[in-house]
Amino acid sequence: MRQFEPLTRKDNQPVRYLIVDDSVFARKSLAKMVESFGGALAGEAGDGCAAIAEYARVKPDIVLMDITMPQMEGIEAVERIVQEHPEARIVMVSSVGYQDNILAALQKGARHFVQKPVKPDALYEIIRYVLNDEEVTVGSRGEH
Amino acid sequence: MKMDLIQPFIGSLDAVLSEMMQAPATIVNLTMDNEGYRKKGLAAEVIFKGQIEGHIVLDMDPSAAAKVASFLTGGELQPGEQIVPETVCELANMVIGNAVTQLNDRGFQFKVFPPSLLTAEQCEKAGQDSEATILCFETPCGNVYLNIAMKYHARRARERAPITVG
Repeated sequence: MRQFEPLTRKDNQPVRYLIVDDSVFARKSLAKMVESFGGALAGEAGDGCAAIAEYARVKPDIVLMDITMPQMEGIEAVERIVQEHPEARIVMVSSVGYQDNILAALQKGARHFVQKPVKPDALYEIIRYVLNDEEVTVGSRGEH
Repeated sequence: MKMDLIQPFIGSLDAVLSEMMQAPATIVNLTMDNEGYRKKGLAAEVIFKGQIEGHIVLDMDPSAAAKVASFLTGGELQPGEQIVPETVCELANMVIGNAVTQLNDRGFQFKVFPPSLLTAEQCEKAGQDSEATILCFETPCGNVYLNIAMKYHARRARERAPITVG
């Protein structure tokens, strides 16, 4: 996988990610991508309920959230996380990308949407945009 | 089954496999089936409900599934490893999700359920009067089968139909 210029927090620590998806494969694949961005995996969850608990426990810098999951779907989880933590930065990552879904997720507080299969370049740019320049710096591989 | 309902799934499978395997998928066979589907390898089923209802099964030779999983994870995996069936489920999720997105953009409303691995050798028919279309795709990793069984939900289709007045 291509290595990207690492995105790091202002305190020079790696950006911490929470990955929420019912598919172990999807979680592993996304984890590999965020590692190539210089990030660190803070936690994983397989459904919306677990995501809410995991968010409160690990307080990640950014969440990558699937939509279609058992127990509780991603859009409801976004709503509940954002109610408790208005500062939460959540990017929806789903294969189902129709307008109603995207709109609902954004209305509940998600910051962006990426359709599966995820292109690493697109995800990198979206994470950079969502975390914005005040939160992250782009370093070179040698510095990290 | 109308071809305009099947076309998004063909396009989606080709797009997803091309993206993930960096190679095209070519249709080499198409059959119709009135019986329950007998799986050929590792198969994942996605059920959807709404104005069109039914199920789609993505089915791969175990060796093909292992090759795809190896390709995507960057390691050498054997067909028996746990991540391999997971890969089939996630591929089904992507293929069907992308196609459903296209159908939704055409005005059909769907609820898509998470993919589940088919453990039985033969899966049930989607409905009494449903006929399945089975497409066989050839890929560099082996054959991939897509079983599409769906029908218009009569009442919801009527609700969606334009009303003529005057």
